[in-house]
Amino acid sequence: MAFAAFSGGSEKSEYKVPRKTSTKVALALLLPGMIYLALFFITPLVSLVATSLEVPDASGEIGRYQYGFEIGNYWYVIETYWPHIARSFVYALAATILSLLISYPLAYFIGVRARKWPLIQKLALALVIAPFFISFLLRTFAWKQIFSNESWIVSTLQSLHILAPDQYLVGTDFMVIFGLTYNFIPFMTLPLYTALERLDLRLLEAGGDLYATPAKVFRKVTLPITMPGIISGTLMTFIPIAGDYINASRDFLGSSGTQMIGNVVETNFLRINDYPSASALSVLLMAAILGLVVFYVRRSGTEDLL
Amino acid sequence: MATEFVARGSDLDLVGIRKEFPGFTALDHLDLHIPAGEFFALLGPSGCGKTTTLRLVAGLEEPTTGKILIGGKDVTATKPHERPVNTVFQSYALFPHMSVLENVAFGLRQRKIDDPLKKAEEALSLVQLGHLSQRRPQQLSGGQQQRVALARALVNRPSLLLLDEPLGALDLKLRREMQIELKAIQMEVGLTFLHVTHDQEEAMDMADTVAVMNKGHIEQMGAPEALYDRPHTVFVAKFLGQSNLFMGNVAETSANSLSIEVAGYKISVPKDRAEKHTGKIAIGVRPEKADLHQEKPPASSSENLIGPGEVLDIRFTGVSNQFLVEIPNIGLITVFEQNEGNSTVALGDQVYVSWKVDHSFGLADLPDSVEE
Repeated sequence: MAFAAFSGGSEKSEYKVPRKTSTKVALALLLPGMIYLALFFITPLVSLVATSLEVPDASGEIGRYQYGFEIGNYWYVIETYWPHIARSFVYALAATILSLLISYPLAYFIGVRARKWPLIQKLALALVIAPFFISFLLRTFAWKQIFSNESWIVSTLQSLHILAPDQYLVGTDFMVIFGLTYNFIPFMTLPLYTALERLDLRLLEAGGDLYATPAKVFRKVTLPITMPGIISGTLMTFIPIAGDYINASRDFLGSSGTQMIGNVVETNFLRINDYPSASALSVLLMAAILGLVVFYVRRSGTEDLL
Repeated sequence: MATEFVARGSDLDLVGIRKEFPGFTALDHLDLHIPAGEFFALLGPSGCGKTTTLRLVAGLEEPTTGKILIGGKDVTATKPHERPVNTVFQSYALFPHMSVLENVAFGLRQRKIDDPLKKAEEALSLVQLGHLSQRRPQQLSGGQQQRVALARALVNRPSLLLLDEPLGALDLKLRREMQIELKAIQMEVGLTFLHVTHDQEEAMDMADTVAVMNKGHIEQMGAPEALYDRPHTVFVAKFLGQSNLFMGNVAETSANSLSIEVAGYKISVPKDRAEKHTGKIAIGVRPEKADLHQEKPPASSSENLIGPGEVLDIRFTGVSNQFLVEIPNIGLITVFEQNEGNSTVALGDQVYVSWKVDHSFGLADLPDSVEE
């Protein structure tokens, strides 16, 4: 389904496979994948939905639940955690837009402008991927240090009266969105690069030849042609960001005021052992993202990604 | 800025154009005047600078020195979108994300001209593609895409239409059809066409004036008939059609003709058909102007005669037979004879080759190497 979007391209595979190989062989080849999906996707999904409907055990022991059909769990988590749900989507939206604004010029430079210098192109691409060689936990923690209350950045901002003397950066909405943007920029840049690298520059010349100013050419030619890259990039950042629980965590860049769904799920699963609530939240998150993605892809007219 | 919707071609003038790229000079001392309404062809082998010339006129490249004037107005410093010029690109460069109709309407929309879709429809029916307006360019054949590209440029009524080998990607039959269509459209709309091609037949067939380019400059310019009949340089003689060339010192000069001596034969050319009158010169003749004789014809002052030589090869091309004759001490001579069904010359025959002195042409330069 929507996973096709992650391939980052608009190329529709229209070639037809000759019907020579028998269906039996095809099924046999599909089998490992099917087993994998059944074991590691279908089973946990069913288990998750089942858990989300459980009720507390009759014994009343904490962390013990038995099977029920308690739809009320969903109303309970929505009622209790709607601020976290809303915050998750606001953060995800903000970080996705910021990543797009930063990544598009970057990808344009690497994929279009740097074509003349293949070495610089490869180097720039390597630099985009290079951070992956260090655990993102470490990198996020490093940002916490850089923006810590005692850092020169904070003291400078305070002395410039941009921050009040008792105001700090770590634990704010800004800091969490900053961290999310930083961590997910490569996921935005790479699909954009793939789309821009394929862009036929002769089309841009044709646009100029047909009286379009460079800005118009960008809006009418470059942007629509690279739209599949934009869609893949935004999906590849928005979806994981909405479920992220590292950046917003108190241990990293967040505070109690920046908790996202991921943090709530983590707390419920691992700290207060409220498995049904955690599961219900997970299912809700999944459903919400799926709904948003379908709506988004329909709206942007790239249904062939679905 | 070309906001007026002109329906007439404009003059194009290139004055002292020089274009340098890192490492080489693509164009040098290029001067060109194309009158309004003319179908002008720039002909040359790849790398001769013809496409660079076109891109300079379109504004896609900037000249190192020199001026470009369209309709008398200096446009050298303007951007492509500010020039009253449209291009039919070699690759067509149709926008893949738009329908054929939107592709054609693109330029009109940019200039905010009324009724872009109606005008685009009209342009599409001019190239007989009205029924495919809602398709995407990728769904069309090469010939159809080419016509969309043409309609997309023509619909803007540019002062000057630039064609960058637009027929290069088409197969022979389609290419001939498109040539006829293109010429008809040009006469109908009366625009100035600047057509770049390496296909000499295409250039001669379509253009009012042909400029033969070589190594960044124009070798010779003129009506196709004149260029073919009287090439001035070895390059033109060989690039535009085929030529037999003879090299020798001027041995005899009379009131209206001069002769060179080559391997004991006297080859003459009228003075007014020779670029150079003294020293070592090259004289040529077109293969179809030469005749084969199995018996030695009587000598005549109005005919050049060489031979005998052996027929090495006969190629049958349908309308004509092409003979390759080896004349001792001169080399290979090509002769075309109309296939009238009465040729008795066979492979290995000894033959004489003759042609009218009036059909000779004297060149300004000499071939790089002796005739192979």
